[in-house]
Amino acid sequence: MIPAAFDYVRASSAEEAISLIGQYGDDAKLLAGGHSLIPLMKLRLAQPTVLVDIGRVSDLSYVRDAGDHVAIGALTRHMDVENSPVLREHVPLLAHATSHVGDPQVRHRGTIGGSLAHADPASDLPATTLALGATYVVAGPNGTREIAAADFYQGYLTSALEADELLTEIKVPKMHGAGWSFQKFNRRAQDWAIVGVAAWSRGSEAGVGLVNMSSVPVLATSVAAALASGASIEDSAAHAADEADPQADLNASAEYRQHLARVLTRRALTEAAG
Amino acid sequence: MTMTDQPTGVLGSRMLRREDPALLTGEARFTSDIVVPGALHLALVRSPYARARILSVDTSAAAALPGVRAVYSGADLADLWAGPMPCAWPVTDDMKNPAHLPVAVTQANHVGDGVACVIAESAEAARDAVEAVIVEYEPLEAVTDLEDALSDRVVIHDELGTNRSYTWDLKIEETDGACDAAFAAAAYSVKERYVQQRLIPAAMEPRAVLAVPQPFGGDMTLYSSTQVPHILKVMTALTLGIPEHQLRVIAPAVGGGFGSKLNVYAEELLCVALARRHALPVRWTETRSEGCQATIHGRGQIQDIELAADADGRLTGLRVRLIGDMGAYLQLVTPGVPLLGAFLYAGVYELPKAFDFSCTSVFTNMTPTDAYRGAGRPEATYAIERAMDALATEIGIDPLELRRRNFIPVDKFPYEAYTGLVYDSGNHDGAATLAAEMVGYTDLRERQQSQNVPGATKRLGIGLSTYFEMCGLAPSRVLASLNYGAGGWEAATVRVLPTNKVQVVTGTSPHGQGHETAWSMIVAEKLGISPDDVDVLHSDTAIAPLGLDTYGSRSLSVGGVAIAMTCDKVIDKAQQIAAHLLEANPDDLEFSHGQFTVAGSPDRAMPLAAIAFEAFTAHNLPDGMEPNLEAHTTYDPPNFSWPFGTHICVVEVDTETGEVEVLKYVAVDDCGNQVNPLIVDGQVHGGVIQGLAQALFEEAVYDSDGNLRTSTLAEYLVPAASDVPPVITGHTITPSPTNQLGVKGVGEAGTIAATPAVINAVVDALSGLGVRNVPMPASPNTVWSIINAAQGGSQ
Amino acid sequence: MVHDGGHGLQRGGADRANQGDPVEITVTINGKAHTADVEPRTLLVQFIRESAGLTGTNIGCDTSSCGACSIHLDGEAVKSCTVLAVQADGNAVTTIEGMAAADGTLHPMQQAFMENHGLQCGYCTPGMVMAATSLLKENPTPTEEEVRIGLEGNLCRCTGYHNIVQSVLACAKG
Repeated sequence: MIPAAFDYVRASSAEEAISLIGQYGDDAKLLAGGHSLIPLMKLRLAQPTVLVDIGRVSDLSYVRDAGDHVAIGALTRHMDVENSPVLREHVPLLAHATSHVGDPQVRHRGTIGGSLAHADPASDLPATTLALGATYVVAGPNGTREIAAADFYQGYLTSALEADELLTEIKVPKMHGAGWSFQKFNRRAQDWAIVGVAAWSRGSEAGVGLVNMSSVPVLATSVAAALASGASIEDSAAHAADEADPQADLNASAEYRQHLARVLTRRALTEAAG
Repeated sequence: MTMTDQPTGVLGSRMLRREDPALLTGEARFTSDIVVPGALHLALVRSPYARARILSVDTSAAAALPGVRAVYSGADLADLWAGPMPCAWPVTDDMKNPAHLPVAVTQANHVGDGVACVIAESAEAARDAVEAVIVEYEPLEAVTDLEDALSDRVVIHDELGTNRSYTWDLKIEETDGACDAAFAAAAYSVKERYVQQRLIPAAMEPRAVLAVPQPFGGDMTLYSSTQVPHILKVMTALTLGIPEHQLRVIAPAVGGGFGSKLNVYAEELLCVALARRHALPVRWTETRSEGCQATIHGRGQIQDIELAADADGRLTGLRVRLIGDMGAYLQLVTPGVPLLGAFLYAGVYELPKAFDFSCTSVFTNMTPTDAYRGAGRPEATYAIERAMDALATEIGIDPLELRRRNFIPVDKFPYEAYTGLVYDSGNHDGAATLAAEMVGYTDLRERQQSQNVPGATKRLGIGLSTYFEMCGLAPSRVLASLNYGAGGWEAATVRVLPTNKVQVVTGTSPHGQGHETAWSMIVAEKLGISPDDVDVLHSDTAIAPLGLDTYGSRSLSVGGVAIAMTCDKVIDKAQQIAAHLLEANPDDLEFSHGQFTVAGSPDRAMPLAAIAFEAFTAHNLPDGMEPNLEAHTTYDPPNFSWPFGTHICVVEVDTETGEVEVLKYVAVDDCGNQVNPLIVDGQVHGGVIQGLAQALFEEAVYDSDGNLRTSTLAEYLVPAASDVPPVITGHTITPSPTNQLGVKGVGEAGTIAATPAVINAVVDALSGLGVRNVPMPASPNTVWSIINAAQGGSQ
Repeated sequence: MVHDGGHGLQRGGADRANQGDPVEITVTINGKAHTADVEPRTLLVQFIRESAGLTGTNIGCDTSSCGACSIHLDGEAVKSCTVLAVQADGNAVTTIEGMAAADGTLHPMQQAFMENHGLQCGYCTPGMVMAATSLLKENPTPTEEEVRIGLEGNLCRCTGYHNIVQSVLACAKG
């Protein structure tokens, strides 16, 4: 399939990218790894008239130990997140969840920032960073601002990013040895999750993010609250779908998704507590 | 004379494939790899509606785009066609067949039906122009449900007055009413309904076509990613009304077919017609999402099957009612697919003449169905094998034991079945016993007892499938009795060149099966030469003008046997020459290891190489003998070949999620003698996973408006390596007595056997929960819902 | 970082009526530099097949699902149908044609596929070989399970994957 024609502009820095996006306005799209955007363009479901390629902004590709958190450059590829010794040590849930994104070829190209900014509730990483209480650093024409993951996702494929803003960094709190589990349920390994659960726990404290359970990634706050109040894992997991509003699709009814969320949350919390 | 077919050890060896180096290095040329300067690109405007009247087609904006040579509506092209798109299998005299043109003129009848087309200088320009063609439609109500179609509530093709294409009956009774009587007297009976979902064949190479006008005189070369270059040539000539001898069809490297490339498609006809009109090469390459809508689908049947059995569980009667989903039109062999299964509904079991089969096929507003790996036989095998498990449950005996009570005994072969067809050879108990041993059947049943206790969330299931395949679609006379529009023969030429290299010309047309390797092995064995000295020529109607191509597991059992028979003719002729040159009586010569020797005088010998050269120079041949060492055969086999086997699948079902995990898959297949066991195993592996994919993963899903919701490989779930199990293969060998190689087909066996084995295992795992049937594909959501329903809706 | 050099990679709003004007790129494929003017919408797989004339890389879908178009970009397997040619400007690509040695000796992975009957129709094969070599580079001694998961991005319709997995395991054993 052949995308509709567009102009191509390459940015050499984050600042230049922001300036170009400001210049071209709503017709322009940022191109990082391209693994969310190019498939849509090939099917002509997206027809931007300008692509601003930020794929070569190499100073946005890094994983840094920043004390209480790990800082990840938005253009860090999935494969580099998955294999980062810093993340494997301090945020193993994110490193592991990233190893479930797409397939190896996709992970060689796709970036964490591209995946988060695309704001697809079926993607693994938005819900995972949500569970981990991450903060996103966003640069715009007037400087940078920070957005909590919990405030970032506003609707299906819609985020708090302004049209002239660029996601530059993801700050993920260290897990400090908390137990964790990532439960991805799908029919084919390469596909998006039918339902996914990213969870960590330390005693009665827990964070649970749900993949593909609503038009936005879901933070299962009722589960965490139940655990904190002393409820058993089984009873807490029964609340997994409380914040969810899943859709039916070819692979799952809404009811089945709710059921799966409860089962997988129970399994995740059990494994995390293990 | 004494002929000793002394094996050289080639036949039956795991010889590596000669096809592989070109494919492994990227040097092989698929149709879209062929570079032809100046070729124009075809693209089609396809209907977004399942059923819509075409009110107008405005091509002006598209035609004005840069690089666009022409834009045609269906009406613009109507005079190019001498006839409608061909259907070669009018199964009944009164079969309804709607007019089907390569580009629709008045009404589109499925999403993806072509309504206009573009010829442009590049693929990009053609694609852009497609977007610019303005078609005004009047959407009409679509029919996607088979029983709704049958009701004629909405008639899709006005001119037919009904959605019923045909009803085809096959009632075989010892005496009138024998079938009804069997059911009346039955100690046990079961009545089941099974649904064969629609499948998308999804060969990895999308279809591609390239039509190249030749210098002077109007000759045309058509390259196509097809399984059937010979059939395509005849049908293209007839449909376009052009002289057949001016058409040459070449199937270059072809990336899989599975029946989907056993057809004559609109794009093939369009490329030829427009290459003639524009006097330039015209090419077309399918995109995957286009292919999901415009290349045939497979299966699509509702099956009602009833078994009657006596007190011992032996079958006494069998009744089948089918509704076949033809889709919007009849493609090449669409209507015949259910018939191919009609003869296999009793599977590998003895059945008295108490058989009552009827199939009614209907039109729907979906992509036409046609042959897909197994074509009718997987459906039939699924129904009988699922129903046998239902019967075993009804009687309360082990499903393997029930099958054993019904197997045709080994000493009854060749066996004339209730249909009158003669099964050539079989040892069903042998295959079942080996499979049961390999899988550890007895231990598994014990483990199942202890594992599937009340409350267990991981339940073990063991599924069996014992199958027969009717393959090598032939003899021609039998095909005639089914109204099939072609014969079942195959042609071969074997030519020994002056330097003792051999050219084999075959009418088979491989697309992954390894014919070049296998045919060279047959010739090497017969002529006592190295397979490296054999060249196999195929898939080009100018080089191999006679043939009926590759489908229906026919290539070895018809085409390969034809080659072996032709080798015998070559040896016969060589023997006459050798006798002449050695001044011996031909009957005193022995042929072995590529050499003729006078019996009792080992020093009087002549190698084939010397004879080939003598035949070429023709200086000293027997009186009246024609020069050159070459022979030809057109072989019409006396019978189908009947491979068989037993597959056993072991699954664990997670009752909390509905997920099915295949723990083990054992396939025991008997395809008679094996030319190359490496290739046989490969065919079984691929077939099994394709059958398993029907059971667990794949379905072409339409909504009630007729929109295909699985139109890409992101939605249509062809499984990957991580989603499927290894396949443990075993074999018994029961040679076919009807051909000199003792071979049977194997291309479809795995697909036929696997689907019921997997579903039987899933149902077996859940039987303790009151589950009696699980629809396909047994997706986690479906399995979970079935468990819930069986448990009274609570989970 | 911009390989501008007058290629017109950056243009102001005034030019935008001429959407998709070609830009010049250079991609090193199998050690040889290929320079051409391409429309920005040209996919890397089209560049490889049409501009460089290397048709061993196949296209099997339009949703990044099948992996038939897998190549190595700077040494790692990627799906060349999901990369724009302009994104590979200045980078190094290896295709299936670059795997065998100059004297024609097959790459050990190609040899392993041949010896284990890891292919039938051969259409998915180039992508499988590229994905498999990338897999072994990252995990030289995979288990059968790891091979299956490592090839999750590549679809095959002929082999049932059994012998593909055996081929990769055999290659890993050396």
